[in-house]
Amino acid sequence: MISIQNLTKIYNPGRENEVTALDEVSLEIRKNEFVVIIGSNGSGKTTLLNMIQGAERPTSGSITIQGIDVTSLPDYKRSRWIARVFQNPNQGTAPDLTILDNFRLAALRTQPKTLKIGTTATFKKKVRDKIATLGMGLENKTSQFMGNLSGGQRQALTLLMSVMDETEILLLDEPTAALDPRSSALILNLAENLQKELGITTLLITHNLKDAHHYGNRLLQFREGKIRHDVPAGEKARLSMQDIFRWFE
Amino acid sequence: MSQFYLTALQLALCLCPMALGIFISMKVFNIPDITTDGSYTLGAVITAILLTREWPALAAMPAVMLTGAVAGVCTGLIHTKLKIDALLSGILVMTGLYSINLILLGRSNLPLINLQDLFTSRSFFTHELYNHLGISIFIVGLLVLLLHYLLKTDFGIAMRATGNNPVMTRALGINNDLVKITGLALANALTALSGYLVAQFQSFTDINMGIGIVITGLGSVLIADALRVWLRVTGIGWQLLFVLSGSLIFQMVLAFTLAMGIDPNFLKLVTALFVLLIVALPRVSRPLKND
Repeated sequence: MISIQNLTKIYNPGRENEVTALDEVSLEIRKNEFVVIIGSNGSGKTTLLNMIQGAERPTSGSITIQGIDVTSLPDYKRSRWIARVFQNPNQGTAPDLTILDNFRLAALRTQPKTLKIGTTATFKKKVRDKIATLGMGLENKTSQFMGNLSGGQRQALTLLMSVMDETEILLLDEPTAALDPRSSALILNLAENLQKELGITTLLITHNLKDAHHYGNRLLQFREGKIRHDVPAGEKARLSMQDIFRWFE
Repeated sequence: MSQFYLTALQLALCLCPMALGIFISMKVFNIPDITTDGSYTLGAVITAILLTREWPALAAMPAVMLTGAVAGVCTGLIHTKLKIDALLSGILVMTGLYSINLILLGRSNLPLINLQDLFTSRSFFTHELYNHLGISIFIVGLLVLLLHYLLKTDFGIAMRATGNNPVMTRALGINNDLVKITGLALANALTALSGYLVAQFQSFTDINMGIGIVITGLGSVLIADALRVWLRVTGIGWQLLFVLSGSLIFQMVLAFTLAMGIDPNFLKLVTALFVLLIVALPRVSRPLKND
């Protein structure tokens, strides 16, 4: 599904403040895998997601998605495969647009945006039905502005938006970092359900080791731009919290 | 209403497309586009050239809008491809357009008297000014309807989202640069349309007619913003209507100022002070409310 070969990202090369965020990382991610990525700040987790999404270009190395080399493709062209939920709920939605308009754009992620009015009654119903599954009571507020919602509500809607169109890969970049424990649990359970239901290859970055232990079927630990631990499906179930804690000692 | 205020109303209607253009660049895309001063004059210059060559006024309209759009594309390309600040990109194109306009016009001003123009080619009312008003209202009304439709379409939503959250739009497969260039082309096409209407309304084109015109459009948009906040109405259709209202209020205030006997030399100063008042009033009143 995703093949990463010798991926390196160096910020400010040749200067005093040169930083190697990713150092010759190679990784194969299979279809339907739910990969959880942990690591200290600055270990290269978000840089990896940025490279996969195309928000940043690598210094060297290559990324292949479904056999297509996407290394030089800009992010908006990679969106045909990839949906991303950002750490900050404000980044994933347009605050001055209504919930319905936000969902309309998300539904067209892989399609051209034409001079057609797509927010029809049928589409509204589809969005309401989707939102109703959250149980947050937002289904009758689709004409409200996204900016009026709380962080948890926005993040939950962003997650739903990410699967409005055909999604092969879902990137979750610390999606619960700005949320309270209740909203966090809701978001991660929703992500897990969507992953199972739709068979989406998912990469989740988290600093919460309990979540890292609980969710996903493969666990990666990054340190200093390299993968230090890679626990595949099957073995992860046998991993204890203590084992994961020890990686950080 | 006296002839004087009707003339002000007519001028306001002619300037409405420009105000709508500034609404698109400033409010939809969050881009302060100064190309306006140049593309407004460009519209008037192309109108003068085509009308003196006996083009039908209606046929000149798309040609004028196209040249305005090209100016917008230039600003958009400089901003997005060369990564130059939007404000500076607009200033560069505006400055360049001054020379281009002068070269195209061949002189500093050109009278358009006794030519078949948009307002004289069709006669719906016997009174000349009413005829002007009728035609202008029709054009502005049509523009608002078309813009309302555009901003409700999927592409329109993409335009609005690009100005609102560019990080999200890229992740949703939108080429922000392309959308911005298209938006700036549209904004400047509308500005050029104002140049086209004003040149025919006042029956001359002057190379300096665009200097400071951006402040007029900006004032209209700021009045529209104040109305939106005050009336707590947020629909796109309402916002477009508020821009029209802003343009009308702006010109009426200026007309009232002149009617009070203020020296016309002070008109630009009054314009600047009026815009300052619109911008400052909400900021000054906010701490008072908080107190």
